[in-house]
Amino acid sequence: MAKGLPKDYASVMGRSNDIMKEALGLDYSEFESGSIAFDYDALMESTGYTLDEINRIQSRTGVGNTPLLELRNITALSRKYAKPGYGARIFVKDEAANASGSFKDRRAACAVAHAKKLGYKGVIAATSGNYGAAVASQAAMQGLECVICQECFDSRGVGQPEIIEKARKCEALGAEVVQLTVGPELFYSFLSILEDKGYFNASLYSPFGIAGIDTLGYEIAMQCREKLGKDPDMVVCTNAGGGMVTGTARGLLKAGADKTTVVAASIDLTGLHMASDVAFNKKSCTTGHTGFGVPYATDPDHSDVPRSAARPLRYMDRYVTVTQGEVMYMTEMLANLEGLERGPAGNTSLAAAFSLAQELPEDAILVVTETEYTGAGKHVQPQLTFARENGVEVRFGNPREEKPGESVVLPADPGLFKYVEADVNHFRKSLIKKACKGHDLANISDSDLEYLAKETKTNVDFVKETIAALQA
Amino acid sequence: MAKKGEWVRIHSVVLKAEERTAKLPEDTQKCDLEMWTKGFLQEDAEIGDEVTVMTAANRLEKGTLIEVNPYWSHSYGKFVPELVQIDKQLREIMFGGDK
Repeated sequence: MAKGLPKDYASVMGRSNDIMKEALGLDYSEFESGSIAFDYDALMESTGYTLDEINRIQSRTGVGNTPLLELRNITALSRKYAKPGYGARIFVKDEAANASGSFKDRRAACAVAHAKKLGYKGVIAATSGNYGAAVASQAAMQGLECVICQECFDSRGVGQPEIIEKARKCEALGAEVVQLTVGPELFYSFLSILEDKGYFNASLYSPFGIAGIDTLGYEIAMQCREKLGKDPDMVVCTNAGGGMVTGTARGLLKAGADKTTVVAASIDLTGLHMASDVAFNKKSCTTGHTGFGVPYATDPDHSDVPRSAARPLRYMDRYVTVTQGEVMYMTEMLANLEGLERGPAGNTSLAAAFSLAQELPEDAILVVTETEYTGAGKHVQPQLTFARENGVEVRFGNPREEKPGESVVLPADPGLFKYVEADVNHFRKSLIKKACKGHDLANISDSDLEYLAKETKTNVDFVKETIAALQA
Repeated sequence: MAKKGEWVRIHSVVLKAEERTAKLPEDTQKCDLEMWTKGFLQEDAEIGDEVTVMTAANRLEKGTLIEVNPYWSHSYGKFVPELVQIDKQLREIMFGGDK
């Protein structure tokens, strides 16, 4: 990188496109149509890695082929609240068994191996989640330098225990962790370091990262066929940035499991502003929530790459929400009834699965796509302690009474677990509206209409009706 | 006195509140964007001095020296009485006879 360039905010942000191009070894302009559409399939194929090759990369680095565990006691408990003959068998992919303890290793393995292959000296990622440890772990294996940029503290210097633990883990794996206070300008610090160091941008949203998750869906289909002789009826994915939904569904389709219902699940944090200094520490779960899930689903391209490879509305059939209280209770349930002590955020999809299973017949197969590691800070007890210390009420009751930022309501009884169905069509319309912004609504081309139908897993008529409503 | 070569934590202000032009909620707009990192101290210094460190990623970074030999103090939290109630409830429902 050229030395002596001005490093003030406006200058660095102004060079964003050039910095990104250098840092991904990928020119996104090749995939653009010039109007609304871009060639998503070509972007995904640009990785040049087949599923077999990704599987080989992951096998070499302690990633993938995680156990598919049947949760027999949780299934039995769920059936107590279902009508006779109902209550699907619940299975979980124990993704905590990956090298750094979460499914994020799948994303990092492919991205970091690619950085190594292209000759980059180091990798960088902007993340406050498990992805940091995943990148740090893979970088350690490949002998690359690693910087992780975290949004970590509020203006009092108080950090979320969950995020602090993730920082500790990154450091333990040899990475530098740059911690910042709340705000989207983290991207400026990230870009500035990226430019100085000439690293590879191991973005969560690059095609390398997303292609790495395809193996998760593929393994689920294969393990179900081997163990149970059939494809899963339903797969439930925790949804934040949309990567898990996208990759898992792609993997299922690659395995030919095209009848499986893909359900996205997020913790409902409606009302808490994600860039608010005060609201930052009113959260009792820092990922897997609607604060990421909804904006990334309806506007995937506001991430740290020009076009995000994570496009969950292309793949999800349903979107449901659960509460922080349900997720915390579920984490206790997994430990006490199944002997698996795992991190809370990873149990978002399991909390949804508990009530979703009750609507499926007993012989149906429901797979929850992840668990994550647990540790100090990243655990029910410190997260609830932190809630209380920040003025959030923790109590038993009906989870539907929970007010994000004010209360965490633990179900008074397991029968009170009940997911809330979100209106996917509303999100689909929102995506179409955002994608069409700045374009002449009266003259949307046929190819753009088809693109938007694919973007929303709908059809051209749905897109046309949505656009007509926008014009009215 | 912190010695050259010691592992330290530094702090800096990336953007002053008035320099923040991104779309931000009101409360965040009033705050500086602050940054922390760690590294090997490049020269002897006192807490509060402006120093340079060499980070784990071999990056030279400047900031105010705030901590020498920094360590993590996050924990498993305090006792949360609700958790043992959940455990008891689950065991009773599952193993203590039918609901």
